[in-house]
Amino acid sequence: MLHGVKLRIEPGSVVGVMGQSGCGKTTLLRIIAGWLKASAGSTRVLGEDLAGLGAGGIFRLRRKMGMLFQFGALFTDMTVFDNVAFQMREHTDLPEDLIGDLVMMKLEAVGLRGAAGLMPSELSGGMARRVALARAVALDPQLMLYDEPFTGLDPISLGVIARLIRTLNDSLGQTSIVVSHDVEECFAIVDYVYFVSAGRIVAEGKPAEMRRSGEAFVKQFVRGEPDGPIPFHYPAPGYQADLDGGGALSSLLGVSANG
Amino acid sequence: MAEQETPGALRSGLEKLGRTFTAKIWRLGFAARFFLYVLLHSGTALRRFGLTIREIYFAGVQSMIIILVSGLFVGMVLALQGYDTLQRYGSSEALGILVALSLVRELGPVVAGLLFASRAGSAITAEIGLMKATEQIAAMEMMAVDPIARVVAPRFWAGVISMPLLAALFSAMGIFGGYLVGVQLIGVDEGAFWSQMQDSVDWREDVMNGVIKSMVFGVAVTWIAVFEGYDAPPTAEGVSGATTRTVVTSSLAILALDFVLTALMFTGGTAK
Repeated sequence: MLHGVKLRIEPGSVVGVMGQSGCGKTTLLRIIAGWLKASAGSTRVLGEDLAGLGAGGIFRLRRKMGMLFQFGALFTDMTVFDNVAFQMREHTDLPEDLIGDLVMMKLEAVGLRGAAGLMPSELSGGMARRVALARAVALDPQLMLYDEPFTGLDPISLGVIARLIRTLNDSLGQTSIVVSHDVEECFAIVDYVYFVSAGRIVAEGKPAEMRRSGEAFVKQFVRGEPDGPIPFHYPAPGYQADLDGGGALSSLLGVSANG
Repeated sequence: MAEQETPGALRSGLEKLGRTFTAKIWRLGFAARFFLYVLLHSGTALRRFGLTIREIYFAGVQSMIIILVSGLFVGMVLALQGYDTLQRYGSSEALGILVALSLVRELGPVVAGLLFASRAGSAITAEIGLMKATEQIAAMEMMAVDPIARVVAPRFWAGVISMPLLAALFSAMGIFGGYLVGVQLIGVDEGAFWSQMQDSVDWREDVMNGVIKSMVFGVAVTWIAVFEGYDAPPTAEGVSGATTRTVVTSSLAILALDFVLTALMFTGGTAK
């Protein structure tokens, strides 16, 4: 759930949305993509008010958007080539040989032209993410959404993906929103960053400003401290009550015994 | 104390029952709306028929082995059982009629439908469910491609087209199995076997009614399969539960629909 979120993203910039898991980052991305409708307030994306768009309007708007999913979400029954060609075949009447050239250009941009004939099951996690990136930018979208693009990647793949996000954004003249909780990688490529906690924006600024920020949440998040405004412990009744066999423990054991 | 607890327990039991019943009705309504949505968004599946042909290969062609082998054995067993009964009344030449009518009217559509639900229905549910769990459906939506039109409708029409063909193959193979056992093994007169079958099996009354049954079963099984897949919670447990529900619900639906269709098709002229 999000409350009182006010976000303005300058065209051409790469903006980070950061916060701990479950804080509402992905919800924010889903509102921008038109999957969820905000119950109050307004959302304008690429100059259009999402509240006034029906399903057809949302689909029309999404043709100008691309999204990189957390684990790539490649179509497992298609080759790398067909994955990247998918949108071109669905939305354009381009001849196959031209589609072939365009696909190879996109794959070359992510360094995987040689993997065009492979199936997604033959790719490593980092390669799959790069193919998904090539697929997402297949029709040169104006707005790119990245949902946790660095999760589960080795350091080399991580650096490659981070560099690609910045390079593609600048070379294609896009605007990018990167939802992530990886501080260093995100700070290295974004122009501006918003920190979200418990559904609210608690801090915003340029990465360098955020490193110097005195705001308690930002300090805890950037430095990876275990305790602070985000407590280490999940809310629980008294510790002593559990150790004495009462409290939540008794009901858990009861459930376990019955089960 | 106990007197006070009983109405409370009764009330909570009734509330639970009501909630469960309401949830089932809501889901049925959702499934009906989903069915309408699939029909309305079938343009892509029919216009780009290659998408549907590909699914016919997966749902239909890859189900042929189990359908053909099962049909052969069911026909062979029918011939053995039928001969045992018919020869007691000196009517063993009627074996061809018994085998053919049993297959084209009942066993062909019903058994092929049950096998289709287990083989292809479960595969369709698992595939769509896994596509949802791995965000492939969401990725398609994000690329402004309607997954109902691109993923669901081709699978639905593939099932609807495949099912009558598989039932016909099942019946044909069953008749061949009956011929092998009845004529070649037991020694029933070959001419009587085929001629009596030809005389007694009516094209419209028997064969077409069987085809209509298999088409209805095809719609029911694939509707259930695509709905369960699309509605599956995006977890391993959710997909496994949806796959099981597809097989169970489809099988029950086939048997219930078979009763209704048989009552409508074959009892109208005989009831007095």
